[in-house]
Amino acid sequence: MNFSEVFKLSSLLCKFSPDGKYLASCVQYRLVVRDVNTLQILQLYTCLDQIQHIEWSADSLFILCAMYKRGLVQVWSLEQPEWHCKIDEGSAGLVASCWSPDGRHILNTTEFHLRITVWSLCTKSVSYIKYPKACLQGITFTRDGRYMALAERRDCKDYVSIFVCSDWQLLRHFDTDTQDLTGIEWAPNGCVLAVWDTCLEYKILLYSLDGRLLSTYSAYEWSLGIKSVAWSPSSQFLAVGSYDGKVRILNHVTWKMITEFGHPAAINDPKIVVYKEAEKSPQLGLGCLSFPPPRAGAGPLPSSESKYNIPNAVWVWDIQKLRLFAVLEQLSPVRAFQWDPQQPRLAICTGGSRLYLWSPAGCMSVQVPGEGDFAVLSLCWHLSGDSMALLSKDHFCLCFLETEAVVGTACRQLGGHT
Amino acid sequence: MGDWMTVTDPESKTISQYTSETKMSPSSLYSQQVLCSSIPLSKNVHSFFSAFCTEDNIEQSISYLDQELTTFGFPSLYEESKGKETKRELNIVAVLNCMNELLVLQRKNLLAQENVETQNLKLGSDMDHLQSCYSKLKEQLETSRREMIGLQERDRQLQCKNRNLHQLLKNEKDEVQKLQNIIASRATQYNHDMKRKEREYNKLKERLHQLVMNKKDKKIAMDILNYVGRADGKRGSWRTGKTEARNEDEMYKILLNDYEYRQKQILMENAELKKVLQQMKKEMISLLSPQKKKPRERVDDSTGTVISDVEEDAGELSRESMWDLSCETVREQLTNSIRKQWRILKSHVEKLDNQVSKVHLEGFNDEDVISRQDHEQETEKLELEIQQCKEMIKTQQQLLQQLATAYDDDTTSLLRDCYLLEEKERLKEEWSLFKEQKKNFERERRSFTEAAIRLGLERKAFEEERASWLKQQFLNMTTFDHQNSENVKLFSAFSGSSDWDNLIVHSRQPQKKPHSVSNGSPVCMSKLTKSLPASPSTSDFCQTRSCISEHSSINVLNITAEEIKPNQVGGECTNQKWSVASRPGSQEGCYSGCSLSYTNSHVEKDDLP
Repeated sequence: MNFSEVFKLSSLLCKFSPDGKYLASCVQYRLVVRDVNTLQILQLYTCLDQIQHIEWSADSLFILCAMYKRGLVQVWSLEQPEWHCKIDEGSAGLVASCWSPDGRHILNTTEFHLRITVWSLCTKSVSYIKYPKACLQGITFTRDGRYMALAERRDCKDYVSIFVCSDWQLLRHFDTDTQDLTGIEWAPNGCVLAVWDTCLEYKILLYSLDGRLLSTYSAYEWSLGIKSVAWSPSSQFLAVGSYDGKVRILNHVTWKMITEFGHPAAINDPKIVVYKEAEKSPQLGLGCLSFPPPRAGAGPLPSSESKYNIPNAVWVWDIQKLRLFAVLEQLSPVRAFQWDPQQPRLAICTGGSRLYLWSPAGCMSVQVPGEGDFAVLSLCWHLSGDSMALLSKDHFCLCFLETEAVVGTACRQLGGHT
Repeated sequence: MGDWMTVTDPESKTISQYTSETKMSPSSLYSQQVLCSSIPLSKNVHSFFSAFCTEDNIEQSISYLDQELTTFGFPSLYEESKGKETKRELNIVAVLNCMNELLVLQRKNLLAQENVETQNLKLGSDMDHLQSCYSKLKEQLETSRREMIGLQERDRQLQCKNRNLHQLLKNEKDEVQKLQNIIASRATQYNHDMKRKEREYNKLKERLHQLVMNKKDKKIAMDILNYVGRADGKRGSWRTGKTEARNEDEMYKILLNDYEYRQKQILMENAELKKVLQQMKKEMISLLSPQKKKPRERVDDSTGTVISDVEEDAGELSRESMWDLSCETVREQLTNSIRKQWRILKSHVEKLDNQVSKVHLEGFNDEDVISRQDHEQETEKLELEIQQCKEMIKTQQQLLQQLATAYDDDTTSLLRDCYLLEEKERLKEEWSLFKEQKKNFERERRSFTEAAIRLGLERKAFEEERASWLKQQFLNMTTFDHQNSENVKLFSAFSGSSDWDNLIVHSRQPQKKPHSVSNGSPVCMSKLTKSLPASPSTSDFCQTRSCISEHSSINVLNITAEEIKPNQVGGECTNQKWSVASRPGSQEGCYSGCSLSYTNSHVEKDDLP
């Protein structure tokens, strides 16, 4: 495992291009594009203000930099450095900006969710979509980039509109039987749309692409409901995490629950490996492993494993066997975790200077080298799964994993407690 | 009488009392007497009576007694007076009789009294017992009453509590209801408020929208260097009804694809499951059919039909086209047959169970009891035998160990003898076998020698004939082929040796020659050898020989080319045949055969290059 030198970074804005060739990072109002392999600076763009959000276009040709404070979006081309594009939302303000899947349109959400403006880079055309709902996850694109589902709110009722991304034509528009829709998410196959209600009510609805209601699921009533929803990559399972501390897995045939994973306080099954991070002095603050509402979401992965975490612990379930597989208990609350895109390997950071890697074979932690403390607040995997970017408040570095043998002394195997 | 007086008791209080009462009326006296009779002590009676009569009142007492006695039905004490005036005389006999009877009566009374007393005692004890029982029961009653009161109290308290709890529950329910109502009302209110707020918010939004959007905000703009091409390289198309329809089409296409994909998956899964079912069915059939064959022999009707079913199913199974059938029919067939199989299996298992239970039950039947006894006896016997055998083995082992530890000469020799004996027996057996074989060989050999002799004789005749013929020929033809003459010589050598083995050797030697020599006579010879075993008669042999020698010069060349190959085959054939022929013969024959083949191979080797 090797680490690159440390580079400057601001606002945790560091992203690999979708084709895996480039790495974009922001330092204040500058956007730096590097080659992933050499880490040489390929391009340097200067924006008008501090960048708050960046996003690569799907074809890795453009980068969008949003400056919400100024209501500005600047787009840069990698091929033509001199090409520039600036979108000003004016007094309407800007709260969110994203690419359409074709990489030629930019969707800007104005303040107060008054409307969504669709700017085209190909033509001068501008489209407006009214009544977007101000919610956690109101826009979702199908994986093939063909359709966009948008949550809307009109006359105190929730609606979902499905647009064809190629010409922004409204394909379907239907109301959903929700009190206060909170999120929508396409299944990876792009044929089923999961819609879930506000956390006050446990309700998840599944709609077909043509707007038919396929199924409704509600685990219980009168209590705080859904917290997060995640599709399995095969679209076979839908994991629903809720405030009762359980993950429920729905199947794609009957849309009924297959199984339910709890987060028991004590794990007795000897088959389940519990990794506990331990300092040299074995005084573990186990008492502080509180059970307040589990944070973060469940995400079934290529390896058919689902994960979930509570502040200090990451739970990994095996979806093939439908059982708990491992639990990783960290000393400090987990800040971020992400699955390796290629294999069942999980990278976790807890805001400390260590990077934790888990795979079915075992678990290890690596001290990020460098002067001072490199507090890893976030991380993102490279497409190939052999490197990842570790982000701290002001810096970032790359971690190369392909040389597993040269792990060095910094790596320390964690004791597995059963 | 005088006795009576003397018997006066010193304890005279009562007596004096009584005496004082003597002047009382007889009736009162009687009552006294009755009273006295109730008194258990006879002494008192005595004393009483002694006091009753004094010297002064004998007459009176007698009369009184008489009176009394007559009233009680006793005969009068006085004699029957003849004259009325005459004083009646005391009849002693009557008195004595009376006294006796009185005494008897007295005794009876005493007995009765005793009985009564014992009864009284008994009753008294009974009474005591009952009284104690009574008191105990009373106590019990008291305690139970107390308990009951306690329980009643508790019951009351519990009821009270229950009532309270009920009340509480009701209150709680009311509370819950109230709270629920409140929640509901709050919820509705909240919703209402929310809606109102949202409406307001929407209005504001609308307003803002109008304000922000409608006012030509110059700032809202895109500043772009030049427009870029679409990702797919196409130009944007106008929105028309056509595109809408196309979009719809595409959407449905996607959906259809998804459904088709899923259907395919399901079909695959179905096929897998069907396969599993089929396999199960097959295995069940194979499992069941051999077991069903036995019952069929017994001509069991039910199983017979079952078998036919099984066979039918087996027939169905063979049809692989089953997969192509529609799902329902396949399912029906499969499930039905599997169900059938399952039933059969179940019945079979049940039958087995029944059999087992029957066997258990039959143990109690009379017939089987006997058999069982026999069985037990048998097993006992066997066990005994086993025991004995074990002991024997043990002793043997011990012996062996002894042998191993201390090489005792005696035991070793004994053991060796043991082994030797065994060996000897085996050898004897083999010996006898050998003898038999030998006998057989001998017989065959004899027959062969006879045949050889015959052959020799015939040959001699033939030789003579030939000699004469040759002579003639010689005389006729002056020029003869050199080789032929050699051959003749060779054959003449034959004539000399009438030995069978010699013949073999010679007949085979030329057989190999065709490889090297393309010459008529060797071929002929091989031919000859070929024909020899097939028709072993010498006359034939002679004829063929003569024939060949006649045509030898002409045919030879023609034949060789054709026959070389077959000859090889034929050679092998003959070889085989010869070996067959030699086997029944004596061992020497065998050996010669071997040596022959050996020489042959040697010859072959020489010829090869």
